[in-house]
Amino acid sequence: MYPNDFYYTKEHEWLKVEGDEAVVGITDFAQKQLGDIIYVDLPKPGKILEAHQTIGTVESVKSVSDVYSPISGEVIQVNSVLAQSPDTVNKDPHGEGWIVRLKVKDKSEITNLMKAADYEKYLEGLEH
Amino acid sequence: MSYIPLSEKDKKEMLEKIGVKSIEDLFCCIPENIRLKGNLNLPESLSEPELLEYFQEKGKKNSYEQYLSFLGGGAYDHFIPAVVDYLSLRGEFISPYTPYQPEVSQGTLQVIFEFQTLICQLTGLDIANASLYDGATGAAEAVLMANRIKEKKRLLVASNINPEYRQVIVTYTKNLGLELVELPFDQAGRIDKKSLEAAVNAETSVILCQSPNYFGVVENLKVLSEAAHEHDALLAVLISEPVSLGWLEAPGKQGADIVTGEAQSLGLPLSYGGPYLGFMSCRKEFVRQLPGRIAGQTVDADGRRGFVLTLSTREQHIRREKATSNICTNQAHCALRATIYLETLGRQGFKKLAWLNQQKAAYALSQLTAIPGVTRKFSGPVFNEFVLEFARDWKGISQKLEEKGILGGISLAGHYPGLERCALITITEKHSKERIDRYVQALKEVLK
Repeated sequence: MYPNDFYYTKEHEWLKVEGDEAVVGITDFAQKQLGDIIYVDLPKPGKILEAHQTIGTVESVKSVSDVYSPISGEVIQVNSVLAQSPDTVNKDPHGEGWIVRLKVKDKSEITNLMKAADYEKYLEGLEH
Repeated sequence: MSYIPLSEKDKKEMLEKIGVKSIEDLFCCIPENIRLKGNLNLPESLSEPELLEYFQEKGKKNSYEQYLSFLGGGAYDHFIPAVVDYLSLRGEFISPYTPYQPEVSQGTLQVIFEFQTLICQLTGLDIANASLYDGATGAAEAVLMANRIKEKKRLLVASNINPEYRQVIVTYTKNLGLELVELPFDQAGRIDKKSLEAAVNAETSVILCQSPNYFGVVENLKVLSEAAHEHDALLAVLISEPVSLGWLEAPGKQGADIVTGEAQSLGLPLSYGGPYLGFMSCRKEFVRQLPGRIAGQTVDADGRRGFVLTLSTREQHIRREKATSNICTNQAHCALRATIYLETLGRQGFKKLAWLNQQKAAYALSQLTAIPGVTRKFSGPVFNEFVLEFARDWKGISQKLEEKGILGGISLAGHYPGLERCALITITEKHSKERIDRYVQALKEVLK
């Protein structure tokens, strides 16, 4: 379910590192909890983010949630598909439903994040 | 809601239940030395007839009705058809609380939906909220909204907007690290174009203007919107006299991105300054930054038309700390009056009302400026208000007119140094030719 080459946060974001860049999205668990997503508020490219800072918001029919940046970096691209089709996050949260692409500031921050197995264990804990 | 009195017996039972002897015991944790000894310093209570008499006496001090008034500048004396009072005071509508639960509030929600629709039609924009407190807070909300959208700290505010609105904007923005820049006006009474071009830059979020502005002059919104959009800023337009929208092209059709203002003109009495009625509309793409609540149209489980609050989660329910503004309510009853007023007049009636205001103002302007020593201050086009300049200070002239039973106009001295000899004069449909002629005659005598 959760790709092995991704990193995860307790707030249910995922991070995929590609060289000096990283892609951020929300996990399958997060999209299920939110329900039908109707709007994704995206940042402007060029925005500098600290780790844990709000990237944007995801609005579903029943809730509005902040999306936090797993690591520090600069927004270099946003997923413009989401402006027209926010439900892409529901359909393919770990792929086409990505939210932003960052230029990584400090790779060492990644060690603070969970690997897939740890995240799955964390989710099991939440279900109890 | 039922009225539940608190009897001595109830008190005793409640105290027994929680195990204290007296109400005094409930306050025992408050140290003696900071407790109030004796009673509050208030006068004796009054009986109902005494209270009525007290306020009737107070009410007699309001002498406005005894005067022929030419005051405006944000509060307009328009005729209110009797149907507005009659319908708005019906028991179904008059409530201290605005119920929004769709199961029990279809009437209220439908009124709000119709109010929003009317505001969209008047302003020429896509979406309107359920109302704001008043024009001044609407102006402040508009610049904050533009700042949220553009994320740039420079806000250009025209110096010829209502000066009291400007003070509210200063208060709202004071501690937010924003850069408020005032735009001067020119000979026409409009925003000075050269100063605007020098002030607007890539750091600008918004240009806020009022049209007709505080001097009654209609701004060139096309020029202003081009200047704003060229620098990736928004144009926010403030309307303090919405009757003008029956005569002028809608701001949204001239490039305005946000329109906000005061709707007192639409069926609300002057009423010593309130409660008044703020409104706001914007382009659809900014809907998530629009403050306040929005009523939306939908269908129920059986496919029947119905109304619900929509997009309000951000404000009240689950993200209060991230709400776009601190407005968590609307002016439902005032909005109801405005809705009844506009729907009574209809499209043609509203146009005719605006035409009457403009025509009568043009007549008054021509008659007043024919008096020696009276000149038109600004050359820009006007609707139902204009600024006149006199050969001497307005203060003395105003006092002499008052002795003749006329409130001649608003002094510009306090807010605009250099305009001590100027006054803002307002004409509405209530000013018959005879009344305008009476003013002209009185002014001639005063200036003789």
